[in-house]
Amino acid sequence: MKKRAAETVVETRGLCMHFGGVRAVDQVDFALEDRELRCLIGPNGAGKSTFFKCLTGQLTPTAGEITIRGTPVAGAQSHEIASLGVGIKTQVPNVFDGLTAEENIWLSARRWHGGARARTLTAETIERLRLGEIRRSLVGRLAHGQRQWVELGMVVAAEPWLVLLDEPAAGMTHEETARTAELILEINRTAALIVVEHDMQFIRMISRRVTLFHEGRILMEDTMDAISSDRRAREVYLGHRA
Amino acid sequence: MNSGSTLRAMRPTFIFAAIGIVFMLFAPQVLALFTIINLTTAIALAILALSLALVWGYGGILCFGQVAFFGLGAYAYTIGAINFGGSTWAILLAVAVAAAFAAVVGYFMFYGRVSDVYLGVITLTVTLILYSLIRRTSGPEYKIGNALLGGFNGVGSPPLNLPWNARAFLFPEQVFYVAMAALILAYVFAGWLVTTHFGRVCVAIRENETRAELLGYDARAYKLGIFTISAGIAGLAGVFFCNGVGRVTPDVFGLYNAALTIIWVIVGGRGTLIGPIIATFGLFYLTASLGGQQTLNNNLVLGIILIVFVLLVPRGLAPTIADWFTQGRRGRVGAERAARRARRRAGAAEGGK
Repeated sequence: MKKRAAETVVETRGLCMHFGGVRAVDQVDFALEDRELRCLIGPNGAGKSTFFKCLTGQLTPTAGEITIRGTPVAGAQSHEIASLGVGIKTQVPNVFDGLTAEENIWLSARRWHGGARARTLTAETIERLRLGEIRRSLVGRLAHGQRQWVELGMVVAAEPWLVLLDEPAAGMTHEETARTAELILEINRTAALIVVEHDMQFIRMISRRVTLFHEGRILMEDTMDAISSDRRAREVYLGHRA
Repeated sequence: MNSGSTLRAMRPTFIFAAIGIVFMLFAPQVLALFTIINLTTAIALAILALSLALVWGYGGILCFGQVAFFGLGAYAYTIGAINFGGSTWAILLAVAVAAAFAAVVGYFMFYGRVSDVYLGVITLTVTLILYSLIRRTSGPEYKIGNALLGGFNGVGSPPLNLPWNARAFLFPEQVFYVAMAALILAYVFAGWLVTTHFGRVCVAIRENETRAELLGYDARAYKLGIFTISAGIAGLAGVFFCNGVGRVTPDVFGLYNAALTIIWVIVGGRGTLIGPIIATFGLFYLTASLGGQQTLNNNLVLGIILIVFVLLVPRGLAPTIADWFTQGRRGRVGAERAARRARRRAGAAEGGK
């Protein structure tokens, strides 16, 4: 049977994450379709990273539902969510500092594949992300941008069908940012993506549909062009830039 | 990892194992019997150090109470050997009891997501609880089968016997062979384990637990796994310890031994297996030779060694020495390359003339 083009793969209903009196995420209804590439934007403290952490199992939501391909995952452990075939990159680079770049990527590939396949997948990923020169270097000794790439490599090597990226271009040079955008579009050919980002230029490079967060709620959901020309959106977020 | 690269990764392990075998074969020829008996105790402690090197150095779990499993192994062996009338099943019992106890304690710690510092505290507390408990078993009512627990006097441990003949007790010299073989086997096993997928994931969890979980690995299960395996090895160490000493007393659970185990691994170096083993032998002999004189207090010397290592050689002996080697080699290769380049340049200059 052919899959419907517009299958919803991630859905939240009434998602709330409260820290004491602070409503970091408040009553968020969100839906992502298969093969969609969605960017989450919003000013600092808008709740997008908290929302992201709820999706990835790093936080247990106060209330509400999250389903990934029909599986309820609110309050699930991170490894359980990853085991559904979800690739995750966190805001702070989360890498294995004391291991080589190659070992980092192998650990991701080996989680889902047998020994031989994991080895070829590791080699392919290293080539694809052009990490050949640093593959024997300890990741802890690499530059920030390279560490980000190693982490992206780990995400890619798992061959996920859903990818969640929190600020993938943070701290990267222009050239690195452009390559990251390229890579994200390439990942999008086989996977749905949610990208949390601050960098407007980067979002313009990749965005189709953008969700704007404000004070823990979704303010609007549209293309980047529509959002930049919307008065409300400019006030909460873009106003002081434009 | 395929078998070829596994073998390559294990080459140093095999080299040290070969040195161990040579030592095992020749030591009894040249050393006095008294030294050999003492060596058996040192070997037991080296196996204990190996078990902590595995769980702390590779698993990243600072278990302050590794001696709990060591002591349980010693008691389980002794009680088992007395009751079974033979040592073979008692050895297996010792390993099983230590591993099972660790699995239960570990389950609550890891699945309860107890953080690192508390984990150290809990393991140490468990050890001290066992110490107090077993010290109070001096009455005749504290009896397991035929074995009287004996309170702080402990229980006499039957020596090992041949697996097929429970009356054929091994002589101290033969126990030495068995202990040394066990150390070598445990060392090769641990060396192999850290090259497997399981072992590499454990190292990854040590490096970054969040990342490992985000890749889909259940860190709790892996930690529990390596914790249990290392406790089993510590239980085996207990078997040879009570064989070397001839009895088991509550002191195996003491704070002194618990701290000593940590010192061996710090001195030998975390992240290696051979380092803590060698450090154990070294410090064991240092303590033994200090025991013969009165000028210097034993514990004072150990304390000074610990402080010196923490401050000056924080990574421990083995990693530091390994670094010298690789740096030395790289330096030499670099120098050769530079020389070759200089020669080529000189040649080109002459040709140009």
